[in-house]
Amino acid sequence: MTHQANDLSLEKYRRMLRIREFEAVAEAIHAGGEVPGSLHTYTGQEATGVGACIALRQDDYMVGNHRSHGHPIAKGAALGPLMAELLGKVTGVCKGKGGSMHLSDFSVGSLGETSIVGSGIPVAAGAALGAKLQGTDRVSLCFFGDGASNEGAFHEGLNLASVWKLPAIFLCENNGYAVSTPVSQAVAVADIADRAAAYGMPSAVVDGQDIDAVEAVVTEAVERARTGGGPTLIEAKTYRYAEHAVNMGRVLRDRGAEVDTWRARDPIELYRAKLIAQGVESEALDAIARDAKEAVQEALRFARESAYPDQLDAFDDVFVERLPIPAYLTN
Amino acid sequence: MARASFIEAIRQAQMEEMQRDERVFIMGEDIVCNVFGTTTGFVDMFGKERVRDTPISENGFIGASAGAAMVGMRPIVDVTISSFLYPAMDQIMSMIAKSRYIYGGQAKLPLVIRSCLFYGNSNAAQHSDRPYAMFMNVPGLKIIVPSDARDMKGLLKAAIRDDDPVLCFEDGNCWSSKMELPEDPDFLIPLGQGEVKREGTDITVVAVAGGVPIALKAAQRLAKEGISLEVIDPRSLVPLDRGLIVKSVRKTGRAIMVDPAHLSCSVASEVSATIVEEAFESLRGPILRVTTPDTHLPFSPAIEKALYPSVDRIVAAAYKLVGADHRIPAQETV
Repeated sequence: MTHQANDLSLEKYRRMLRIREFEAVAEAIHAGGEVPGSLHTYTGQEATGVGACIALRQDDYMVGNHRSHGHPIAKGAALGPLMAELLGKVTGVCKGKGGSMHLSDFSVGSLGETSIVGSGIPVAAGAALGAKLQGTDRVSLCFFGDGASNEGAFHEGLNLASVWKLPAIFLCENNGYAVSTPVSQAVAVADIADRAAAYGMPSAVVDGQDIDAVEAVVTEAVERARTGGGPTLIEAKTYRYAEHAVNMGRVLRDRGAEVDTWRARDPIELYRAKLIAQGVESEALDAIARDAKEAVQEALRFARESAYPDQLDAFDDVFVERLPIPAYLTN
Repeated sequence: MARASFIEAIRQAQMEEMQRDERVFIMGEDIVCNVFGTTTGFVDMFGKERVRDTPISENGFIGASAGAAMVGMRPIVDVTISSFLYPAMDQIMSMIAKSRYIYGGQAKLPLVIRSCLFYGNSNAAQHSDRPYAMFMNVPGLKIIVPSDARDMKGLLKAAIRDDDPVLCFEDGNCWSSKMELPEDPDFLIPLGQGEVKREGTDITVVAVAGGVPIALKAAQRLAKEGISLEVIDPRSLVPLDRGLIVKSVRKTGRAIMVDPAHLSCSVASEVSATIVEEAFESLRGPILRVTTPDTHLPFSPAIEKALYPSVDRIVAAAYKLVGADHRIPAQETV
């Protein structure tokens, strides 16, 4: 293994751990009442997000969904503004206007983490169209879940991307459930990737727990998109350990053994074992884990010390120009 | 200077802005074949990359316009008929209207969604919609409703240069009006500025889109009978020039709304409420709304036409208001 490859491998490990640790802390402070609203954790799906983003350039575009915490961290976003957003602080990445379902950092190429299922797909196609019209070689990658593949927006977005040969990668994170409905009850084909045939689009199914496999298949799709070969549909088979959202109660009462089966193939543990087998010292990996914990704690300190937005900020960002402030708030 | 139609005004606005800024492109259903005449000559001038036919996928291509705008393009989306906006409500309401806000200002969506109001021609209920008011109920969308060719050109050019998403509603009843159009490539009418289309002293008529030419005809007829209407066209609904309307009502003390949309929760309703809140002390009588009743538009011409605002209905409303002076004591305005 070359030194450079080793660095990239460790970076992948590092990003997965940052997600895992971020989610652990997010759950804890949500349970403690510090995080308003709901929380949709990404724990279990780390290899899918990081494997995909590591195949992208910083200036490539990315659109995600309501399970939004993992994607920006996978693409390299700073943790402080993400954590501050969860707490509704003005230093949050969305200035406290988006919250848990919308952790979108445009500085790393994000164009939104959107919470209406499937709604990001046409937008991602449009970003790819923009890149094409501008003559750049940027690509646009869209994360969405198995549930989104049943939305009309999926069909319209993929068809549009294919007839216009847009530089797009549609990455379905099939985590087995749309809230509580198992994918087997909602999708008639064996694999969601099969649907690519309807759009004349290449496709792939990949083990979403295997970060190298995800990276390889996304890299191939990115290369195709960058060189004018059009879009690809990739289905990553993965799993979320938690409920759809932490404040939804136990929707999936009967998952017991299934969770254990998936935990036995935990993406971070799998990758750690692989790296150790390749000769990476376990101390080096432990140090990365410690750094991740420290980085998340630092993000939490930053978030806690930050101020809340001003009431009048509610009238910013509806349009480029601030809205008039109602009299009852100015008197 | 040649007189040009409303459709020609749209064509000129789009052409000039596409010449001025290569980030501007147009897409929609049947753009290349140019069904209505708003893209005549465009493929030769700009090529098929910038003049782009779409599949019939409104949610797909309207959503794609948001993505393209977010990466720095300035799309014009031609949705043909306004009821074709409905398949794309998710993208319009949840994405285009809200993306800038939920991401704390990180996103910018300079795009224009054009659609026409194609009513009164036996197209039945699904093709006769005038849905602008329902889009006023979600923040984040600017809305223009030009009523003549000059306004069309100036407002559409301003909309294309605007950094926020703009919905442009084009009333088919205004298509044939011809006017001289300014040739200045920077002729712009700012959004949020209404215009007094006819000055008057007795009754303020706030008219929207195709309601404007009808209101002007009613004003002509009533002038002969000594009743003076002041006709105001807000021209854009978001932002709405409430100040211009309130000022006029303070002068006349009476108000009629002329809105081709359905009655409930219409522009007529919103403007009426504003007048009551801000100029109640000036009112000498009730505010009357001349709108389309809350029924669907039937196919048969025998029963369709009477449902829309008309000169006769405005005249009747005016008589009712002037007559109301005899029942409600007039008071001096400030």
